[in-house]
Amino acid sequence: MADINCKLLVIGAGPGGYVCAIKAAQLGVDTVIVESEAFGGTCLNVGCIPSKALIHAADEFYKIAAGSNGNELGIEVSAPRINLAKTIDWKNGIVGRLNGGVEGLLKKAGVNVVQGRADFLDGKTVRVSGAGGSKTIAAENVVIATGSKPVELPSLPFSEQVLSSTEALALQQVPGTLAVVGGGYIGLEIGIAYAKLGARVIVVEAANSILPQYDSDLTKPVVNSLAQLGIELMTATRANGMTEEGLVVEAADGEIKTIAADKVLVTIGRSPRTGGCSLEELSLTMEGPFIQTDNKCQTSMRGVYAIGDVTGEPMLAHRAMAQGQMVAELVAGQNRVWDKVCIPAVCFTDPEIVTAGLSPAEAIEAGHEITVGQFPFQANGRAMTMESSSGFVRVVANKSDGVLLGVQAVGQGVSELSSAFAIALEMGACAEDIEATIHAHPTLSEGFAEACMQVTGSALHI
Amino acid sequence: MGVHSITLPDVGEGIAEAELVEWSVAVGDTVLEDEVVGAVMTDKAAVEIPSSVTGKVIWLGGEIGDVIAVGAELLRLEVEGEGNQANIAAAGAGTSADTGAETVSDVVTTDTASATELPGQTTTAPTAPTVKPAEAPAQNSISQKPLAAPSVRKKAMDLGIDLRTVKGSGPAGRVVHEDLEASQNSSVAAGARVADKSITEIKVVGMRRKIAEKMSLAKARIPHITIVEEVDVTNLEELRKELNDTHGESRPKLTVIPFMMKAIVEAVREQPQLNARYDDEQGVIHQYGGVHIGIATQTEAGLMVPVVKHCETLSLWGSAGAVGEVAQSSRDGSASREALSGSTITITSLGPLGAIATTPIINHPEVAIVGINKIAIRPHWDGQQFVPRKMMNISASFDHRVIDGWDAAVMVQKLKTLLEKPAMLFVGD
Repeated sequence: MADINCKLLVIGAGPGGYVCAIKAAQLGVDTVIVESEAFGGTCLNVGCIPSKALIHAADEFYKIAAGSNGNELGIEVSAPRINLAKTIDWKNGIVGRLNGGVEGLLKKAGVNVVQGRADFLDGKTVRVSGAGGSKTIAAENVVIATGSKPVELPSLPFSEQVLSSTEALALQQVPGTLAVVGGGYIGLEIGIAYAKLGARVIVVEAANSILPQYDSDLTKPVVNSLAQLGIELMTATRANGMTEEGLVVEAADGEIKTIAADKVLVTIGRSPRTGGCSLEELSLTMEGPFIQTDNKCQTSMRGVYAIGDVTGEPMLAHRAMAQGQMVAELVAGQNRVWDKVCIPAVCFTDPEIVTAGLSPAEAIEAGHEITVGQFPFQANGRAMTMESSSGFVRVVANKSDGVLLGVQAVGQGVSELSSAFAIALEMGACAEDIEATIHAHPTLSEGFAEACMQVTGSALHI
Repeated sequence: MGVHSITLPDVGEGIAEAELVEWSVAVGDTVLEDEVVGAVMTDKAAVEIPSSVTGKVIWLGGEIGDVIAVGAELLRLEVEGEGNQANIAAAGAGTSADTGAETVSDVVTTDTASATELPGQTTTAPTAPTVKPAEAPAQNSISQKPLAAPSVRKKAMDLGIDLRTVKGSGPAGRVVHEDLEASQNSSVAAGARVADKSITEIKVVGMRRKIAEKMSLAKARIPHITIVEEVDVTNLEELRKELNDTHGESRPKLTVIPFMMKAIVEAVREQPQLNARYDDEQGVIHQYGGVHIGIATQTEAGLMVPVVKHCETLSLWGSAGAVGEVAQSSRDGSASREALSGSTITITSLGPLGAIATTPIINHPEVAIVGINKIAIRPHWDGQQFVPRKMMNISASFDHRVIDGWDAAVMVQKLKTLLEKPAMLFVGD
C-alpha cells in the first residue's frame, strides 16, 4: 500500500514540472510534485535566470568601463572594478527569491510538495527517499520532468579548473583567461559576459562556425561583436585535454596549441537526465538519448508523460512550460494536442538573436515557395540612438498568400521582440497584417513592420 | 471541360495509407458534389470518401483491396469548367495553347506545390472548393496545420471539431471563431459528423395499427413461456433435398415449413390442448379437432398471418402448396378475410434471417406458436467426437395460463424427435 495516492505525480520541479503541477492543481487534479534539489530546475537555479543576471551585471560593468575610456556620449567616469563575489550574491538573492516563489505558488495551488529523490518501482509507483526517510507514492498519471545536465567531455572531466555552466555562474573571481569549449549559445553568453567583466576569453569550437543552429546572416553581427570584445575565436579546433600549462587544443590542420587558461568552461551541450531514478526499469521507448513522446507528451507507457528537456530539442524552459500546461489539461480530462506553430528561441549574446518559426532555408526545405523581407537596424532611429545599429529583422513569408512562416532578428535588445514574432506566427498572420499594424515610434519593433513591407513590396524606409 | 482529381484525404489518426474497400461509382458514372465515391478502411473504421465536385468519373485509382497512400490520386472526374488537372482539350489539341492553357499550368503548379507537403489540404481535401483551386490558395503554411489563432484551435478541440474540415473565411484561409460556429451549425460541413436532430412523424394507421393492437393484446394479456431447443436437421435436410431433386418442378418446392406443419399435426394429436383458442373473457378454451396452422408472413403492408386449414388432411406437398398459395395471396392483397382468420396454432419463420433464438409472440387467442430459427452447421458431440451437423433451433412460446411448462416441453421434445427422425413423420400416414 502506497503512503500517498494521487491522480497526478510530477517528477521534477523545473519550469515544465512546476507549471504542470500548478495547472493541474488549479484544475482540481489531486497532484504531488517531487523535487530532489531546489525548485525551478536548471532554468531558475543554474540556467536562464542566473546567466541573465550575470550578463546584466557584465553589461553594466562594460558600459561603465567604456565610459572610463572616453566616449562619444560625453560620459566620463573613472575605471570601475568588479567584486564578482558580490555580484554572485546578488544573483543568488534573485534565485532564492524565485525558488521561494515557485514553492509558494505550488503550495498556494494546493500541490502536495515532496522533497526527495524519486525512484520508479513501476510505471505508476515511485519511492521517494529524502531527509525525512522514504515513502512510496502511487499515481494514476506520472509526468517525467527530470530535465537535463551539462555534457562532460571525457578528455576534460569537470574539476576545480574545468567548469560546466553551473560552476561558471558561481565564480567568486573573474578568471584572467577563460577558455570556452563549445561555441553554442550557452558558451557564448557566458563567454561574452566574462569578456565584458575583463577576462581574456578564447572560444574553441570543433565546427567551422559558432552558433551552428543559426544561418551565417544571423551570426555575423555576433562574430563581429566577439572581435570587438577581444574574444578569440578558434573554429575547427578540438579540445584535447588539460596539462599543467593549460588547455590543449588541436586545429583541423593538426596544429596543437596550449591555451594557458585559468578556467575552462565546457559547454558542448546538455544531455537528458534519464538515469538515476530507475527510469530504465520502465523500458520506455527512447528516441536516441531522449524519451520518445507523441503529440500529447505521452510516452510508450499509458498514463506516463514526459515533458521538457528529457523529451529532446529544443531544450527551452518555455517549451517545457507549455508542455506541462498541456499535460495538466489532458490529465484533467480536456482534449488537447500539441499544436504550437512556433517555439521562439532567444540567444542572449551581444547582440541578441531571436528566432521564431522557419528560417528561409528551413522553409524552402519544407517545400514552401517563399518571399524574404529584411530590414537592417542601420535604418532604424531607435537602434541608432542606442548605439547599436548592427543587426536586422527578417521575415519569411509564403509567396502565394503572405502568411508568415518565420521571423528572425539579430540586434541589441531584440529578445523582447520575440513575443511579437511568436504572436504573429501563432495567430497565422500575413505580412500584410503586420504591415497594417501601427508600430510605436521610435522602437526596434518598427523593423518588424518594415521587414513585412519588404514582403508585400511596399517598404517605406529603405 | 476539365479534369478534377480527388486524392485520398488524411483520414486521421496519423494514418499514412488505407485499404480501398469499396467503390460506389464506376467509370462513366456521374457523381454529384458530396456524393460518396468509395470507402477506405483504416485500422479502426471504414471511411467514406465524398466527391468534392460534380462530374463524370473517368478514372479509378485502384482495385478493391489496394492500399492507397494518403494524398495519392483516388479518382479523376471530368468536370464543367477547368478542373484541377491538365485540361483535356489542351492536352489533346496543341493549337489551343492559349489563355486556357496558361491557367491550366498555373493550376497544376499550385496543385503540385501543395500536394507535396499538404496532404489532406486544399486541393486534396474533399471538402475544399477544389473546382477552382487557383482561387483557394494553400490554406496554410507551417507543417500541415490549419491556419488558426490559438484560441480558435483550443475551442475546436473543446468542441471536438477537426479544424481541417473547417473552411476558413479569414485572410489566406485562416479559420476564425465565426467559421467554427458556422461549421457547427451547418450540416453540410462535409466530413464533419453532425448530430441529426430531425424527427419524422409517422401516423400508425390501417394495417400497422391492427398489428400494433394485436401485438399489445397478445403480449399484455398472455403470460408467455418460451422454450428454445436445438434440433439436428441433418437427416431432414438430406430428405428434403432428395425429395426436391426427385420431383423437381413437378411439385411445389419443399421448405422446412411443411415438415414442421406435419410435425405439429403429429404433436397435437398427442397434445390436443395445444391446438386451441382460449377465450379468456369467457373463460373457455376451444380445443379444435382440425389443425389450422397460421403462417406468419411478411408482406409490404406488414406482418400477416394467413391460415392453412385442416393441415391434418394435407400431404407434405399439399401443405407446401397451400403455404405458397396463402402467402402469395397475402402479399398481393387478394387474401380474403376468411383466409386470414381461424388459425389454431401458428408457425413463424424468418428463413435465413432466423437468428439463433427468438421469443415469438402468440397469435392471440391461440395458445402456442412455433418459431423456426436458421439452420447452421455446428459441431455436435456424437458420444465420441465432434461431428459437423446441420443444426436448427426452434423457439416456441405457449400461453402459460393454460399450458404448463411440462406440456410445453413435451411438445417441443416431440417436435424435435419428429424432425430429427423424419421417417417418424410419415409412419402414421
